[in-house]
Amino acid sequence: MIPIAFDYEVAESVDHAIELLKENGDEAKLLAGGHSLLPIMKLRLATPTVLIDLGRIDDLNYVRDEGDHLAIGAMTRHCDMERDATLQEQCGLISYTASLVGDPQVRHRGTIGGSVSHGDAASDLPSALLALEANFVIKGSGGERTVAAGDFFEDYLQTTLAPDEVLTEIQVPKLNGAGWSYKKFNRRAQDWAVVGVAAVVERSNGSIGSARIGLTNMGSTPLRATAAESALSGADPSSVAEATSSADEGTSPSSDIAASSEYRRHLARVLSRRAVEEALSR
Amino acid sequence: MRRIQMTVDGRAHVAEVEPRLLLLHHLRENLGIGGVHTGCNTTSCGACTVHIDGESVKSCTVLAVQADGHEVTTVRGIMENGLWHPMQQAFHEAHGLQCGYCTPGMIMASISLLKENPDATEQEIREGLEGNLCRCTGYENIVKAVQLVQQHTNGQPA
Repeated sequence: MIPIAFDYEVAESVDHAIELLKENGDEAKLLAGGHSLLPIMKLRLATPTVLIDLGRIDDLNYVRDEGDHLAIGAMTRHCDMERDATLQEQCGLISYTASLVGDPQVRHRGTIGGSVSHGDAASDLPSALLALEANFVIKGSGGERTVAAGDFFEDYLQTTLAPDEVLTEIQVPKLNGAGWSYKKFNRRAQDWAVVGVAAVVERSNGSIGSARIGLTNMGSTPLRATAAESALSGADPSSVAEATSSADEGTSPSSDIAASSEYRRHLARVLSRRAVEEALSR
Repeated sequence: MRRIQMTVDGRAHVAEVEPRLLLLHHLRENLGIGGVHTGCNTTSCGACTVHIDGESVKSCTVLAVQADGHEVTTVRGIMENGLWHPMQQAFHEAHGLQCGYCTPGMIMASISLLKENPDATEQEIREGLEGNLCRCTGYENIVKAVQLVQQHTNGQPA
Protein backbone atom coordinates (compact mmCIF):
# COMPACT_ATOMS: atom_id res chain seq x y z
CA MET A 1 0.00 0.00 0.00
CA ILE A 2 2.93 2.28 -0.71
CA PRO A 3 3.26 3.89 -4.15
CA ILE A 4 6.38 3.37 -6.23
CA ALA A 5 8.96 6.11 -5.78
CA PHE A 6 8.30 9.26 -7.78
CA ASP A 7 9.58 12.79 -8.09
CA TYR A 8 7.39 15.58 -6.78
CA GLU A 9 7.07 19.02 -8.28
CA VAL A 10 4.96 21.90 -7.02
CA ALA A 11 3.26 23.92 -9.76
CA GLU A 12 3.20 27.61 -8.88
CA SER A 13 0.71 28.42 -11.62
CA VAL A 14 -1.20 26.75 -14.46
CA ASP A 15 1.49 27.86 -16.93
CA HIS A 16 4.15 26.38 -14.67
CA ALA A 17 2.17 23.11 -14.52
CA ILE A 18 2.05 23.01 -18.33
CA GLU A 19 5.82 23.61 -18.49
CA LEU A 20 6.43 20.81 -16.00
CA LEU A 21 4.14 18.49 -17.98
CA LYS A 22 6.10 19.25 -21.16
CA GLU A 23 9.41 18.62 -19.44
CA ASN A 24 8.33 15.32 -17.95
CA GLY A 25 6.29 13.84 -20.79
CA ASP A 26 3.97 10.88 -20.40
CA GLU A 27 5.49 9.79 -17.11
CA ALA A 28 4.04 12.76 -15.23
CA LYS A 29 0.63 13.03 -13.63
CA LEU A 30 -1.11 16.05 -12.20
CA LEU A 31 -2.03 15.81 -8.53
CA ALA A 32 -5.16 17.70 -7.45
CA GLY A 33 -6.79 16.47 -4.23
CA GLY A 34 -5.33 13.02 -4.80
CA HIS A 35 -8.43 11.09 -3.83
CA SER A 36 -8.70 9.24 -7.12
CA LEU A 37 -5.01 9.13 -7.98
CA LEU A 38 -3.35 8.22 -4.67
CA PRO A 39 -5.54 5.13 -4.04
CA ILE A 40 -4.64 3.65 -7.43
CA MET A 41 -0.98 4.59 -6.95
CA LYS A 42 -1.00 2.78 -3.61
CA LEU A 43 -2.37 -0.28 -5.40
CA ARG A 44 0.31 0.30 -8.08
CA LEU A 45 -2.34 0.38 -10.77
CA ALA A 46 -0.89 3.79 -11.63
CA THR A 47 2.87 4.29 -11.55
CA PRO A 48 3.68 7.85 -12.61
CA THR A 49 7.30 8.74 -12.00
CA VAL A 50 6.57 12.45 -11.50
CA LEU A 51 3.69 14.06 -9.66
CA ILE A 52 2.96 17.71 -10.36
CA ASP A 53 1.01 19.13 -7.44
CA LEU A 54 -1.66 21.73 -8.32
CA GLY A 55 -2.54 22.08 -4.63
CA ARG A 56 -0.63 25.32 -4.18
CA ILE A 57 -2.45 27.17 -6.96
CA ASP A 58 -4.99 29.07 -4.89
CA ASP A 59 -6.67 30.87 -7.77
CA LEU A 60 -8.18 27.65 -9.17
CA ASN A 61 -10.63 27.35 -6.26
CA TYR A 62 -13.71 29.46 -7.01
CA VAL A 63 -17.34 29.56 -8.03
CA ARG A 64 -18.18 32.63 -10.11
CA ASP A 65 -21.37 33.96 -11.59
CA GLU A 66 -20.50 34.73 -15.20
CA GLY A 67 -23.93 36.02 -16.20
CA ASP A 68 -25.29 33.25 -18.40
CA HIS A 69 -23.39 30.48 -16.63
CA LEU A 70 -21.43 29.62 -13.50
CA ALA A 71 -17.69 29.00 -13.61
CA ILE A 72 -16.13 26.52 -11.18
CA GLY A 73 -12.34 26.46 -10.75
CA ALA A 74 -10.85 23.01 -11.28
CA MET A 75 -9.36 22.90 -7.76
CA THR A 76 -12.70 23.63 -6.08
CA ARG A 77 -13.25 20.88 -3.55
CA HIS A 78 -16.42 18.84 -3.19
CA CYS A 79 -17.04 20.38 0.25
CA ASP A 80 -16.71 23.88 -1.23
CA MET A 81 -19.32 23.13 -3.89
CA GLU A 82 -21.59 21.46 -1.34
CA ARG A 83 -21.71 24.69 0.71
CA ASP A 84 -21.53 27.29 -2.07
CA ALA A 85 -24.67 29.49 -1.95
CA THR A 86 -24.46 30.48 -5.65
CA LEU A 87 -24.31 26.84 -6.75
CA GLN A 88 -27.06 25.84 -4.33
CA GLU A 89 -29.36 28.50 -5.76
CA GLN A 90 -28.51 28.38 -9.44
CA CYS A 91 -27.18 24.90 -10.10
CA GLY A 92 -28.35 22.76 -7.20
CA LEU A 93 -27.56 19.58 -9.12
CA ILE A 94 -23.83 20.22 -8.68
CA SER A 95 -23.85 21.16 -4.99
CA TYR A 96 -26.14 18.22 -4.21
CA THR A 97 -24.17 15.69 -6.27
CA ALA A 98 -20.91 16.91 -4.71
CA SER A 99 -22.44 16.25 -1.27
CA LEU A 100 -22.84 12.56 -2.20
CA VAL A 101 -19.21 11.95 -3.17
CA GLY A 102 -17.33 9.67 -0.78
CA ASP A 103 -17.52 10.92 2.78
CA PRO A 104 -16.73 14.22 4.55
CA GLN A 105 -12.99 13.51 4.71
CA VAL A 106 -12.90 12.72 1.00
CA ARG A 107 -14.91 15.85 0.21
CA HIS A 108 -12.40 17.95 2.17
CA ARG A 109 -9.68 16.90 -0.29
CA GLY A 110 -11.25 15.79 -3.58
CA THR A 111 -11.77 18.37 -6.32
CA ILE A 112 -14.11 18.68 -9.30
CA GLY A 113 -11.18 19.02 -11.70
CA GLY A 114 -9.50 15.93 -10.32
CA SER A 115 -12.69 13.90 -10.51
CA VAL A 116 -13.40 14.98 -14.10
CA SER A 117 -9.81 14.53 -15.33
CA HIS A 118 -9.62 11.07 -13.79
CA GLY A 119 -12.49 10.13 -16.10
CA ASP A 120 -13.99 7.37 -13.99
CA ALA A 121 -17.45 6.41 -15.22
CA ALA A 122 -18.36 5.43 -11.65
CA SER A 123 -17.82 8.98 -10.35
CA ASP A 124 -20.93 11.02 -9.65
CA LEU A 125 -20.02 14.47 -10.96
CA PRO A 126 -19.18 13.52 -14.57
CA SER A 127 -22.69 12.26 -15.36
CA ALA A 128 -24.23 15.31 -13.68
CA LEU A 129 -21.98 17.50 -15.86
CA LEU A 130 -23.10 15.55 -18.94
CA ALA A 131 -26.76 16.14 -18.08
CA LEU A 132 -25.98 19.84 -17.59
CA GLU A 133 -24.14 19.98 -20.93
CA ALA A 134 -21.25 21.61 -19.07
CA ASN A 135 -18.16 22.93 -20.80
CA PHE A 136 -14.58 22.29 -19.73
CA VAL A 137 -11.84 24.87 -20.18
CA ILE A 138 -8.49 23.26 -20.92
CA LYS A 139 -5.10 24.94 -21.11
CA GLY A 140 -2.01 23.50 -22.76
CA SER A 141 1.14 24.56 -24.51
CA GLY A 142 -0.94 25.11 -27.66
CA GLY A 143 -3.23 27.58 -25.89
CA GLU A 144 -6.71 27.32 -24.44
CA ARG A 145 -9.67 25.33 -25.70
CA THR A 146 -13.17 24.67 -24.49
CA VAL A 147 -14.59 21.15 -24.78
CA ALA A 148 -18.19 20.09 -24.26
CA ALA A 149 -18.66 17.49 -21.53
CA GLY A 150 -20.11 15.19 -24.19
CA ASP A 151 -16.82 15.23 -26.12
CA PHE A 152 -14.50 14.98 -23.11
CA PHE A 153 -14.81 11.40 -21.88
CA GLU A 154 -13.37 8.91 -24.39
CA ASP A 155 -12.98 5.53 -22.75
CA TYR A 156 -12.27 3.86 -19.42
CA LEU A 157 -10.18 6.45 -17.50
CA GLN A 158 -9.42 8.10 -20.86
CA THR A 159 -10.30 11.69 -21.64
CA THR A 160 -9.52 14.13 -24.42
CA LEU A 161 -6.82 15.76 -22.25
CA ALA A 162 -3.43 15.70 -23.98
CA PRO A 163 -0.34 14.89 -21.87
CA ASP A 164 0.56 18.60 -21.65
CA GLU A 165 -2.93 19.90 -20.86
CA VAL A 166 -4.56 21.02 -17.63
CA LEU A 167 -8.29 21.24 -16.99
CA THR A 168 -8.73 24.68 -15.40
CA GLU A 169 -12.44 25.45 -15.25
CA ILE A 170 -15.84 23.78 -15.42
CA GLN A 171 -18.71 25.88 -16.78
CA VAL A 172 -22.26 24.92 -15.86
CA PRO A 173 -25.52 26.57 -16.91
CA LYS A 174 -27.82 28.34 -14.49
CA LEU A 175 -30.82 26.08 -14.13
CA ASN A 176 -33.33 28.91 -13.76
CA GLY A 177 -36.67 27.08 -13.66
CA ALA A 178 -35.46 23.67 -14.78
CA GLY A 179 -35.92 20.78 -12.36
CA TRP A 180 -33.03 18.52 -11.46
CA SER A 181 -32.24 15.33 -9.57
CA TYR A 182 -29.42 12.93 -8.87
CA LYS A 183 -30.24 9.40 -7.78
CA LYS A 184 -27.30 7.42 -6.46
CA PHE A 185 -27.77 3.75 -5.73
CA ASN A 186 -25.12 2.26 -3.52
CA ARG A 187 -24.99 -0.45 -0.93
CA ARG A 188 -23.20 1.41 1.83
CA ALA A 189 -22.90 5.13 2.54
CA GLN A 190 -19.41 5.73 1.20
CA ASP A 191 -19.48 3.26 -1.71
CA TRP A 192 -19.22 4.17 -5.35
CA ALA A 193 -22.52 4.29 -7.18
CA VAL A 194 -23.63 0.89 -8.45
CA VAL A 195 -25.57 3.10 -10.85
CA GLY A 196 -26.31 6.82 -10.64
CA VAL A 197 -28.68 8.94 -12.68
CA ALA A 198 -28.60 12.72 -13.11
CA ALA A 199 -31.60 14.46 -14.65
CA VAL A 200 -32.27 18.02 -15.79
CA VAL A 201 -35.85 18.59 -16.91
CA GLU A 202 -37.36 21.71 -18.47
CA ARG A 203 -41.12 22.12 -18.34
CA SER A 204 -43.25 23.63 -21.08
CA ASN A 205 -46.97 24.36 -20.67
CA GLY A 206 -47.64 21.44 -18.36
CA SER A 207 -45.61 19.01 -20.49
CA ILE A 208 -41.97 18.06 -20.39
CA GLY A 209 -40.11 20.45 -22.69
CA SER A 210 -36.83 18.60 -22.73
CA ALA A 211 -35.01 16.20 -20.46
CA ARG A 212 -31.32 15.43 -20.24
CA ILE A 213 -30.22 12.31 -18.40
CA GLY A 214 -26.65 11.40 -17.41
CA LEU A 215 -25.78 7.85 -16.37
CA THR A 216 -23.09 6.91 -13.84
CA ASN A 217 -21.35 3.51 -14.05
CA MET A 218 -23.30 2.23 -17.05
CA GLY A 219 -20.28 1.75 -19.31
CA SER A 220 -16.67 2.75 -19.78
CA THR A 221 -17.58 6.46 -19.73
CA PRO A 222 -20.39 8.50 -18.25
CA LEU A 223 -23.27 8.34 -20.75
CA ARG A 224 -26.41 10.15 -21.86
CA ALA A 225 -29.65 8.16 -21.92
CA THR A 226 -30.48 9.46 -25.39
CA ALA A 227 -33.41 7.15 -26.16
CA ALA A 228 -35.17 8.08 -22.94
CA GLU A 229 -34.41 11.75 -23.54
CA SER A 230 -36.11 11.57 -26.97
CA ALA A 231 -39.11 9.75 -25.52
CA LEU A 232 -39.45 12.39 -22.79
CA SER A 233 -39.25 15.35 -25.15
CA GLY A 234 -42.70 16.95 -25.27
CA ALA A 235 -44.18 14.07 -23.25
CA ASP A 236 -46.90 14.34 -20.66
CA PRO A 237 -45.60 14.01 -17.08
CA SER A 238 -47.88 10.97 -16.64
CA SER A 239 -45.83 9.03 -19.19
CA VAL A 240 -42.46 9.26 -17.42
CA ALA A 241 -42.42 5.56 -16.49
CA GLU A 242 -42.92 4.48 -20.08
CA ALA A 243 -40.48 7.03 -21.49
CA THR A 244 -37.69 6.09 -19.09
CA SER A 245 -38.07 2.35 -19.82
CA SER A 246 -35.50 2.88 -22.57
CA ALA A 247 -32.94 4.57 -20.26
CA ASP A 248 -30.50 1.66 -20.60
CA GLU A 249 -30.71 1.51 -24.40
CA GLY A 250 -27.27 1.56 -26.01
CA THR A 251 -25.41 0.99 -22.75
CA SER A 252 -23.08 -1.90 -21.96
CA PRO A 253 -22.57 -1.87 -18.20
CA SER A 254 -20.12 -4.28 -16.66
CA SER A 255 -20.85 -7.08 -14.23
CA ASP A 256 -18.89 -7.03 -11.01
CA ILE A 257 -19.14 -7.87 -7.33
CA ALA A 258 -21.72 -5.12 -6.77
CA ALA A 259 -24.13 -5.94 -9.57
CA SER A 260 -24.68 -7.87 -12.78
CA SER A 261 -24.92 -6.06 -16.08
CA GLU A 262 -28.63 -6.91 -16.26
CA TYR A 263 -29.25 -5.53 -12.75
CA ARG A 264 -27.45 -2.31 -13.68
CA ARG A 265 -29.75 -1.95 -16.70
CA HIS A 266 -32.73 -2.42 -14.41
CA LEU A 267 -31.37 0.20 -12.02
CA ALA A 268 -30.79 2.68 -14.86
CA ARG A 269 -34.45 2.41 -15.86
CA VAL A 270 -35.83 2.66 -12.33
CA LEU A 271 -33.49 5.45 -11.22
CA SER A 272 -34.16 7.41 -14.42
CA ARG A 273 -37.88 7.31 -13.70
CA ARG A 274 -37.31 8.41 -10.10
CA ALA A 275 -34.88 11.14 -11.12
CA VAL A 276 -37.18 12.60 -13.78
CA GLU A 277 -40.15 12.44 -11.41
CA GLU A 278 -38.16 14.23 -8.71
CA ALA A 279 -36.89 16.81 -11.19
CA LEU A 280 -40.48 17.51 -12.24
CA SER A 281 -41.44 18.07 -8.60
CA ARG A 282 -38.71 20.69 -8.11
CA MET B 1 13.99 13.55 -0.58
CA ARG B 2 12.11 16.72 -0.01
CA ARG B 3 12.28 19.09 2.93
CA ILE B 4 8.90 19.81 4.52
CA GLN B 5 7.76 21.88 7.43
CA MET B 6 4.42 21.52 9.16
CA THR B 7 2.87 22.31 12.47
CA VAL B 8 1.74 19.15 14.22
CA ASP B 9 -0.31 19.48 17.39
CA GLY B 10 0.95 23.01 17.85
CA ARG B 11 4.64 22.28 17.32
CA ALA B 12 6.67 23.02 14.20
CA HIS B 13 8.35 19.99 12.65
CA VAL B 14 10.87 20.01 9.82
CA ALA B 15 11.69 16.76 8.03
CA GLU B 16 13.31 15.34 4.92
CA VAL B 17 10.87 12.88 3.40
CA GLU B 18 10.39 10.79 0.29
CA PRO B 19 7.54 12.26 -1.79
CA ARG B 20 5.71 8.92 -1.60
CA LEU B 21 5.60 8.94 2.19
CA LEU B 22 2.00 9.07 3.39
CA LEU B 23 1.06 11.61 6.04
CA LEU B 24 -0.15 8.65 8.13
CA HIS B 25 3.30 7.09 8.16
CA HIS B 26 5.03 10.42 8.73
CA LEU B 27 2.91 11.04 11.83
CA ARG B 28 3.27 7.53 13.21
CA GLU B 29 6.80 6.60 12.29
CA ASN B 30 8.72 9.88 12.07
CA LEU B 31 6.87 11.77 14.78
CA GLY B 32 5.89 8.79 16.94
CA ILE B 33 2.21 9.67 17.21
CA GLY B 34 0.69 6.23 17.81
CA GLY B 35 -2.75 7.75 18.33
CA VAL B 36 -3.10 8.05 14.56
CA HIS B 37 -4.24 4.54 13.73
CA THR B 38 -3.56 2.60 10.55
CA GLY B 39 -6.78 0.87 9.59
CA CYS B 40 -7.81 -0.18 6.10
CA ASN B 41 -5.23 2.01 4.34
CA THR B 42 -7.75 2.41 1.49
CA THR B 43 -9.62 5.64 2.39
CA SER B 44 -12.51 3.62 3.75
CA CYS B 45 -12.39 3.17 7.51
CA GLY B 46 -11.37 6.59 8.84
CA ALA B 47 -9.15 5.25 11.67
CA CYS B 48 -6.33 7.47 10.42
CA THR B 49 -8.43 10.67 10.44
CA VAL B 50 -6.56 13.83 11.44
CA HIS B 51 -7.22 17.50 10.75
CA ILE B 52 -5.41 19.61 8.18
CA ASP B 53 -6.10 23.28 8.90
CA GLY B 54 -9.02 22.21 11.08
CA GLU B 55 -10.74 19.92 8.56
CA SER B 56 -10.94 16.14 8.82
CA VAL B 57 -8.91 14.15 6.30
CA LYS B 58 -7.80 10.54 5.99
CA SER B 59 -4.06 10.63 6.49
CA CYS B 60 -3.60 7.39 4.52
CA THR B 61 -4.64 9.27 1.39
CA VAL B 62 -2.57 12.42 1.82
CA LEU B 63 1.12 12.62 1.02
CA ALA B 64 3.26 14.17 3.72
CA VAL B 65 4.54 16.63 1.09
CA GLN B 66 0.96 17.81 0.48
CA ALA B 67 0.74 18.86 4.13
CA ASP B 68 3.89 20.97 3.80
CA GLY B 69 3.24 24.39 5.33
CA HIS B 70 -0.07 23.33 6.86
CA GLU B 71 -1.32 22.79 10.37
CA VAL B 72 -1.96 19.17 11.28
CA THR B 73 -3.87 18.16 14.39
CA THR B 74 -4.04 14.61 15.72
CA VAL B 75 -5.93 13.15 18.65
CA ARG B 76 -2.79 13.76 20.70
CA GLY B 77 -3.07 17.51 20.25
CA ILE B 78 -6.67 18.22 21.22
CA MET B 79 -6.38 18.30 25.01
CA GLU B 80 -6.50 21.80 26.44
CA ASN B 81 -4.78 22.83 29.68
CA GLY B 82 -4.29 19.19 30.61
CA LEU B 83 -7.99 18.45 30.27
CA TRP B 84 -9.63 16.17 27.77
CA HIS B 85 -11.27 17.81 24.81
CA PRO B 86 -15.07 17.90 25.27
CA MET B 87 -15.39 15.25 22.55
CA GLN B 88 -12.98 12.93 24.37
CA GLN B 89 -14.88 13.52 27.61
CA ALA B 90 -18.18 12.77 25.88
CA PHE B 91 -16.88 9.53 24.30
CA HIS B 92 -15.82 8.53 27.83
CA GLU B 93 -19.14 9.46 29.43
CA ALA B 94 -21.37 8.02 26.71
CA HIS B 95 -19.20 4.89 26.37
CA GLY B 96 -18.60 5.79 22.73
CA LEU B 97 -15.95 3.12 22.35
CA GLN B 98 -15.57 -0.59 22.75
CA CYS B 99 -12.24 -1.91 21.45
CA GLY B 100 -11.08 1.67 20.85
CA TYR B 101 -9.42 1.13 17.51
CA CYS B 102 -11.68 3.50 15.57
CA THR B 103 -11.87 6.01 18.43
CA PRO B 104 -9.13 8.52 17.53
CA GLY B 105 -10.53 8.79 14.00
CA MET B 106 -14.10 8.97 15.27
CA ILE B 107 -13.19 11.76 17.67
CA MET B 108 -11.34 13.77 15.03
CA ALA B 109 -14.17 13.30 12.50
CA SER B 110 -16.75 14.27 15.15
CA ILE B 111 -14.91 17.47 16.09
CA SER B 112 -14.72 18.46 12.42
CA LEU B 113 -18.40 17.58 11.96
CA LEU B 114 -19.62 19.82 14.82
CA LYS B 115 -17.33 22.63 13.74
CA GLU B 116 -19.04 22.64 10.34
CA ASN B 117 -22.54 21.88 11.61
CA PRO B 118 -22.86 22.62 15.37
CA ASP B 119 -26.60 21.88 15.40
CA ALA B 120 -26.39 18.67 13.39
CA THR B 121 -29.44 16.45 13.80
CA GLU B 122 -29.05 12.80 14.71
CA GLN B 123 -29.38 11.92 11.02
CA GLU B 124 -26.77 14.51 10.06
CA ILE B 125 -24.40 13.16 12.71
CA ARG B 126 -24.81 9.64 11.30
CA GLU B 127 -24.22 10.88 7.76
CA GLY B 128 -21.36 13.10 8.93
CA LEU B 129 -19.59 10.06 10.34
CA GLU B 130 -20.15 7.90 7.26
CA GLY B 131 -16.42 7.96 6.58
CA ASN B 132 -15.60 6.21 9.86
CA LEU B 133 -16.23 2.53 10.50
CA CYS B 134 -16.57 0.92 13.93
CA ARG B 135 -16.20 -2.83 13.57
CA CYS B 136 -17.55 -3.31 17.11
CA THR B 137 -20.63 -1.63 15.59
CA GLY B 138 -20.79 0.73 18.54
CA TYR B 139 -22.44 3.47 16.54
CA GLU B 140 -25.34 4.16 18.91
CA ASN B 141 -23.09 5.41 21.70
CA ILE B 142 -20.80 7.23 19.31
CA VAL B 143 -23.77 9.25 18.04
CA LYS B 144 -24.86 9.82 21.66
CA ALA B 145 -21.38 11.10 22.51
CA VAL B 146 -21.54 13.67 19.74
CA GLN B 147 -24.99 14.71 20.93
CA LEU B 148 -23.64 15.00 24.48
CA VAL B 149 -21.12 17.56 23.28
CA GLN B 150 -23.94 19.48 21.62
CA GLN B 151 -25.92 19.43 24.87
CA HIS B 152 -22.95 20.61 26.92
CA THR B 153 -22.21 23.34 24.38
CA ASN B 154 -25.81 24.52 24.47
CA GLY B 155 -25.78 24.58 28.28
CA GLN B 156 -28.39 21.88 28.59
CA PRO B 157 -28.09 19.20 31.24
CA ALA B 158 -26.74 16.00 29.80
